[in-house]
Amino acid sequence: MKFTLGWLKEHLDTDADIDAIGEALTRIGLEVERIENPGEKLADFRVAKVLNAQPHPDADKLQVLSVDAGGDPLQVVCGAPNARAGMIGVFGPPGAYVPGPAFELKIAQIRGVTSHGMMCSVRELELGDAHEGIIELGEAAEGAIGVPYSDYAGLTDPVIDVAITPNRQDCMGVRGIARDLAAAGLGTLKPLTEVYAKAGGTEPVETTGDGPDIRIEDSEGCPAFYAQSVSGVGNCESPSWMKRRLAAIGQRPISALVDITNFVMNDLGRPLHVYDMAKLDGGLVARKAKPGEQVLALNEKTYALDDSMTVIADGAQVHGIGGIMGGEDSGVSDMTSDVLIECAYFDPDRIARTGQRLNIPSDARQRFERGVDPAFLEEGLAIATRLVTTLCGGTASGITRAGEPPVEKRSVAFRPDMVRTLGGIDIDTETQRAILDRLGFEIDAENTKSLVPTWRRDVTGPADLVEEVIRIHGIDQVPSTPLPRPAGVAQPTATWEQKLERKLRRAAATRGFHEAITWSFIGESEAAIFGGSNWTLANPISEDMKVMRPSLLPGLLTAAQRNLAHSEDSVRLFELGRRYIGDSEHPTLTLVMAGDAAPRSWQSGKSRGFDGYDAKAAALALLEAAGAPVSNLLVMGEAGDAWHPGRSATLRLGPKNVLATFGMLHPRVLKAVDLDVPVAAVEIFLDAIPEKRSQGFLRPAYAPAQLQAVTRDFAFLVDADLPGDALIRAVRGADKKAIVDARLFDVFTGPGVDEGKKSLAVEVTLQPGEKSFTDEELKAIGDKIVASAEKQGATLRG
Amino acid sequence: MTTDIDQLRDDLLAAIDTAAGLDALDAVRVHALGKQGIITAQLKSLGKMSPEERQENGPHIHGLREDVTNAIATRKQALEDAQLEARLASETMDMTLPVDAVAPGSIHPVSQVMDELAEIFADLGFAVASGPEIEDDWHNFTALNIPETHPARAMHDTFYFPKDADGKQAHLLRTHTSPVQIRTMMQGKPPVRIIAPGRVYRSDSDATHTPMFHQIEGLVIDKGITLAHLKWTLETFLKAFFERDDIVLRLRPSYFPFTEPSAEVDVGYSYEKGRRVVGGSEGWMEVLGSGMVHPNVIRACGLDPDEWQGFAFGTGVDRLAMLKYGMDDLRAFFDGDMRWLRHYGFAALDVPTLSGGVGA
Repeated sequence: MKFTLGWLKEHLDTDADIDAIGEALTRIGLEVERIENPGEKLADFRVAKVLNAQPHPDADKLQVLSVDAGGDPLQVVCGAPNARAGMIGVFGPPGAYVPGPAFELKIAQIRGVTSHGMMCSVRELELGDAHEGIIELGEAAEGAIGVPYSDYAGLTDPVIDVAITPNRQDCMGVRGIARDLAAAGLGTLKPLTEVYAKAGGTEPVETTGDGPDIRIEDSEGCPAFYAQSVSGVGNCESPSWMKRRLAAIGQRPISALVDITNFVMNDLGRPLHVYDMAKLDGGLVARKAKPGEQVLALNEKTYALDDSMTVIADGAQVHGIGGIMGGEDSGVSDMTSDVLIECAYFDPDRIARTGQRLNIPSDARQRFERGVDPAFLEEGLAIATRLVTTLCGGTASGITRAGEPPVEKRSVAFRPDMVRTLGGIDIDTETQRAILDRLGFEIDAENTKSLVPTWRRDVTGPADLVEEVIRIHGIDQVPSTPLPRPAGVAQPTATWEQKLERKLRRAAATRGFHEAITWSFIGESEAAIFGGSNWTLANPISEDMKVMRPSLLPGLLTAAQRNLAHSEDSVRLFELGRRYIGDSEHPTLTLVMAGDAAPRSWQSGKSRGFDGYDAKAAALALLEAAGAPVSNLLVMGEAGDAWHPGRSATLRLGPKNVLATFGMLHPRVLKAVDLDVPVAAVEIFLDAIPEKRSQGFLRPAYAPAQLQAVTRDFAFLVDADLPGDALIRAVRGADKKAIVDARLFDVFTGPGVDEGKKSLAVEVTLQPGEKSFTDEELKAIGDKIVASAEKQGATLRG
Repeated sequence: MTTDIDQLRDDLLAAIDTAAGLDALDAVRVHALGKQGIITAQLKSLGKMSPEERQENGPHIHGLREDVTNAIATRKQALEDAQLEARLASETMDMTLPVDAVAPGSIHPVSQVMDELAEIFADLGFAVASGPEIEDDWHNFTALNIPETHPARAMHDTFYFPKDADGKQAHLLRTHTSPVQIRTMMQGKPPVRIIAPGRVYRSDSDATHTPMFHQIEGLVIDKGITLAHLKWTLETFLKAFFERDDIVLRLRPSYFPFTEPSAEVDVGYSYEKGRRVVGGSEGWMEVLGSGMVHPNVIRACGLDPDEWQGFAFGTGVDRLAMLKYGMDDLRAFFDGDMRWLRHYGFAALDVPTLSGGVGA
């Protein structure tokens, strides 16, 4: 919401300067976004008259002007087609900075003729977009020659831009802002009659004739529709004071009839609409739109309507989307002579729904959906009619009042002690009453109830009154009171899941992985590789951010690809985030490894790429950090379509519960993100990791074994496709009491090993209990190991 | 007799001293103390002597044996030391050569700041709560006193999922962490003290906005909680977070549908080495939205607003990270660029603690 200081002072009698007002606005919740003095940058430019204009001797399109800018006539070269003797415009002298094209004027030779400055266009001074020729001020400026243009044009009035929160419709007009400032002690609110005295006044126009033919069919959407017509108007330019106000806040003056509606809306927060009666077919009705009906709105777009929307229509067609935007077909023009002025009250909810559905963000909608003052129809219409007759002439008709606006004042409980119990600040009841009184609230003598002014639809309960009081009194006066805290050291609050995430995140970083955060939404085709997504956005920001990710891999792979592209040799990235599958969100830790696992070096020679075992090592280390029972995990297949079928696996706790997937990714997945190097990856599914039950702090009793462990090596020949893990498990299971570890230390194929076979060598660790093993016992254990291995088709190598 | 022994001692000690190596030394030992050794022979001869002779010669012979034994031991140690030193001198490595090591990884600033916040608020008795990112309309808007026709909805730039078969807008991506307030109040019994950090989504993308970012919500529901407690909590939190005592807050009345009264909170900043830092009051910037939880919200969660009241606040986690650690481009947070992560990320073991200071 923009307005100027001068405009504000039409309503507010105050001595406060712009700084004090700006500061007060922010303090009471009308946040100042910007205060600009538009005249400052134009201080050097002057009103000037072209005394004569001669063709330039050496250029067809240039003229040589003699300009009176308040001193001796100056010679100025000008290229504008409209430059001519007698016209009055705006002159920039040498030294002036021209804001549009951004340069400083100098005395210059233009095709051999000296030019002492420049006659300026609207665009050059950043006053608008027009650039066909230089500014023409008209004869009225004759008396102002030599005067600074910013003074002449009233550009010295600072423009204030405030952010109005959605609850404060009343401040979507200058008067409401003035009322708030007055309540905050920044001056006195002038009576409305005084403000509008010179614009015609606020009293209804006395007439005896009939009012216009209007009625309401949809009283839910449009509870009240007041109208008055004026015949025989001349739609002229609006007066300079009005044009200046509108221009200052960035609204283009169009014609008096249009400007009046814009002005009243910005001044009083009261939207109006003016119809050209010549373009209406009979009377107007506020009714629901019929399915299939259309309207060409003032923004030159056609909208399809339905019966949830309230429209204003005549016998033939729809002339406006009620409270949102008028229709093009009955808009006023220069030829208009008879007008109908609409001042209605539309249901805020209905306006909001219609506005959302049609996606029209109009100024009228903004105000009606927040709720305009329902008690201001009579005066609003009177002010509009008087402005029309004052500025455009004509004769007013009688007033038609269809329906009744909901003017009954809401009564809310007033609890003066709540300022202390909710707001934490002591403000005596008298002060509270005074503040609320200045804001228009009416409090009963017993201090128990308050009537809410009709323009404050947002105030519905005692907490709202607390806010009003504190806001005006000064929220900075609220003291700082410590939150009560229980005695002693703070209790731990983190949940098991939170601690799990923290541990995993830091364990991954410890292993050289960098934590990335990638978008939760990905492209549809990327998701398809991972089984697709059941969450597709209705309004995605782009095609590659369209569905909720079923895997963190696409985002991380894209990041890996970008890193490799800018010459990163070794990419280790991880992300801890959610996958969106079915109806739930699954916390997941995903790692990707691409490029060099180890760089080339003087010790190891050439570099080594990542392989599936790097992924396995990372998966196991992280599961260990997570407290998962790593030694009980099964290594199984079925990693999924995204993975290299021969170089990936799952880690499961029992045959169903997959804790992690690891290995090399499928080249097809990599190709989708333009990756042409192998990528190792791990996915750890946090919600599959069983929560460790708390056993208290006491550990089970423990004493280290007294006797030394012994080791024995066994080499077996097995089928080449036997999983190594099967043999190790068989060996380890041969004697669960004595065997405490079985570690594979050699895998060999080649000379001495038959085709289709491989040799696996296992070091078995045996832990004696009370007594050392005897030779017989050791042999018996060895026999059991060999027998157990034989069940896997293994034979002991001789 | 004694002259013979003295002579023998001199000879043997000279031989020990000049033994060139351990082998030569051992030869001397055998020559003197071996089974056939000279001193061994001398000792044996004691048995054949008369008691008087033995008393006379015994000490001399035993003295000789002891002196020679000691001398051999000393010489042996010296020779061994020399040998070890010679070996080590030949075993040099160029210790300036580089070694292979996995380069350290890093923790993302957003995670680090979330850990910092959890640590600070744990001390104030706040637990960490979470909720779904794919939310329903009721939790994200309606329960927060934002009915369907509320203008604030349009300001949220919401990402929607397609409507149900019956035309109802069931699901959306949460636009703020505030629905966690609702879920917390409905799940547990007051008193409540929680913070809720997490991802939120708005359909907005430009230099300072990304369609996904992180917020943190705070909620206190109890008896007798006022705006003054809110002010203290925010001051205390910001002082702890920025580890500065000169944090100045400015509350401004504002509007959020789910709080009443509502306040936006500005924090004072100043300039250090040409960069804007939080602290002091050369200027103000907006950091938090806050207010007393609206009675309608408390009621929507099944609680009696005449019995329970409290405050809520929310702020951007990414923004807090930027203010504290000086990143200037939000978009870089989501690029996964390892150069950026190395520069702005945190070491794995930089775990925020109150005793060590939460900042790193």
